[in-house]
Amino acid sequence: MSGEYIIQARELQKHYKGGGIKALDGVSASIGKGEVVVVIGPSGSGKSTFLRCLNLLEVPTAGRILFEGVDITDKKADINLHRQKMGMVFQHFNLFPHMTILKNMTLAPMKLLHKTQADAEERALALLQRVGLADRAGAYPSQLSGGQKQRIAIVRALCMDPEVMLFDEPTSALDPEMVGEVLEVMKELAKDGMTMVVVTHEMGFAREVADRVIFMAEGLIVEEGKPEEIFSAPRQARTREFLAKVL
Amino acid sequence: MRLSASQSWLEDAPDWILNGPGWLNDIGYDIYKSFLFDDRYQMYIKGLGNTLLLTFLALLIGVALGVVISLVRVSWDKNHTEMHGVGKYVLGFFNVVFKIYLTVIRGTPMVVQLMIMYFVIFASSRNKIMVGALSFGINSGAYVAEIIRGGIMSIDQGQMEAGRSLGFGYVSTMRYIILPQAFKAVLPTLANEFIVLLKETAVAGYVGLADVTYAGNIIGGNCYDYLFPLLMSALIYLVLVMFFTFLVGRLERRLRNSER
Repeated sequence: MSGEYIIQARELQKHYKGGGIKALDGVSASIGKGEVVVVIGPSGSGKSTFLRCLNLLEVPTAGRILFEGVDITDKKADINLHRQKMGMVFQHFNLFPHMTILKNMTLAPMKLLHKTQADAEERALALLQRVGLADRAGAYPSQLSGGQKQRIAIVRALCMDPEVMLFDEPTSALDPEMVGEVLEVMKELAKDGMTMVVVTHEMGFAREVADRVIFMAEGLIVEEGKPEEIFSAPRQARTREFLAKVL
Repeated sequence: MRLSASQSWLEDAPDWILNGPGWLNDIGYDIYKSFLFDDRYQMYIKGLGNTLLLTFLALLIGVALGVVISLVRVSWDKNHTEMHGVGKYVLGFFNVVFKIYLTVIRGTPMVVQLMIMYFVIFASSRNKIMVGALSFGINSGAYVAEIIRGGIMSIDQGQMEAGRSLGFGYVSTMRYIILPQAFKAVLPTLANEFIVLLKETAVAGYVGLADVTYAGNIIGGNCYDYLFPLLMSALIYLVLVMFFTFLVGRLERRLRNSER
């Protein structure tokens, strides 16, 4: 089974303040190769925590995570090596402000994959071309708009040729008119067969692009299924209540 | 004309002092005995050299110490709950040592530290510059450490997460992503610390290190008149400080204008 799944999360728990707050209260989910999974839910539902657990930016209090069949929650696992294959895009972009766009994109491939500068730059420029920002290679992050920054953040992660891309509310910090250009890049990525886990409030994107939608509330998966099932015929009252508010 | 038996050197004074008008006479005489007689100005030049050398060496030691200490302190604060094994004990040990160091160094006067170093710890050494640089460096390191620690803490947590998510380890993320930004952020503060350090070295005379202050003090004693010798010492510091402040100001403007 584990061959078909890129990520398998088993009974993830994340507690804060010695168990006083349970951000995750036993979450299990499997992400198949090439699958686009969109996680939705009200704020405080634990959806971001769940995503951040997948590459151990958040260390779960209990539970296991298998990445390509390897238990990365095991103390002996080299998480840095596994993270190279799990790209992540953040709400606040987190570009490196002291480096040019090109340097932002080539730093990790050169230092971690030991690519030559020429190889790394060639790949970076090709990706910049794809998102229409080739002319900004020499610019600094502060010179870009929010939408441009986020598109750069996506291709920066892609420079490592990851097996899966994790998106943590990638459009939440954007001005409304810039949301579209970022979603467009993500849609193309999905079309190319990239495995994606996306935490978002963009219900349109979920409906259109997701293979599967997971609805979370109070640290639990309340309901999951194909987007048409979740959006048109939700089974759980909690899901209906949430969708009534956001749609 | 203020001639007295004890000032027999006046006979060597040039004509323009002895024969000029009264007011010029007095000032000229003071200047002559403070700076020209016996080539006394050379003491200031040597003192200036020593002050600058001492400050630069102390700064190097201070920054080196400060970087190491701040890194250990930050790493401990952020990671110790998730660490295990030998690494945790080593880091924990140094963290405690450095905390004690910070408390002691920042809680005792610089002059006392200097005297303990020179008269007790390095009692057998006569290399005043070396002992002085070490004392001032160790003292400055405590302040530099806190400055750099503040710089590291001011960098958004997202930068560390972005680095780690790409596959960089904690140390590499620090090196390539956090520290370059932290240094840029604290460069003006560090430059100001350098200016403070420059003035603090004025107590080096306590162990007989012939710096700018020492020169003024000795010459003042030799001519039984401290006014001009000490004014000269003060003037030298003032010019140095104004010069370095000007440089810091330019540095700050450069940083503000650069991409960020």
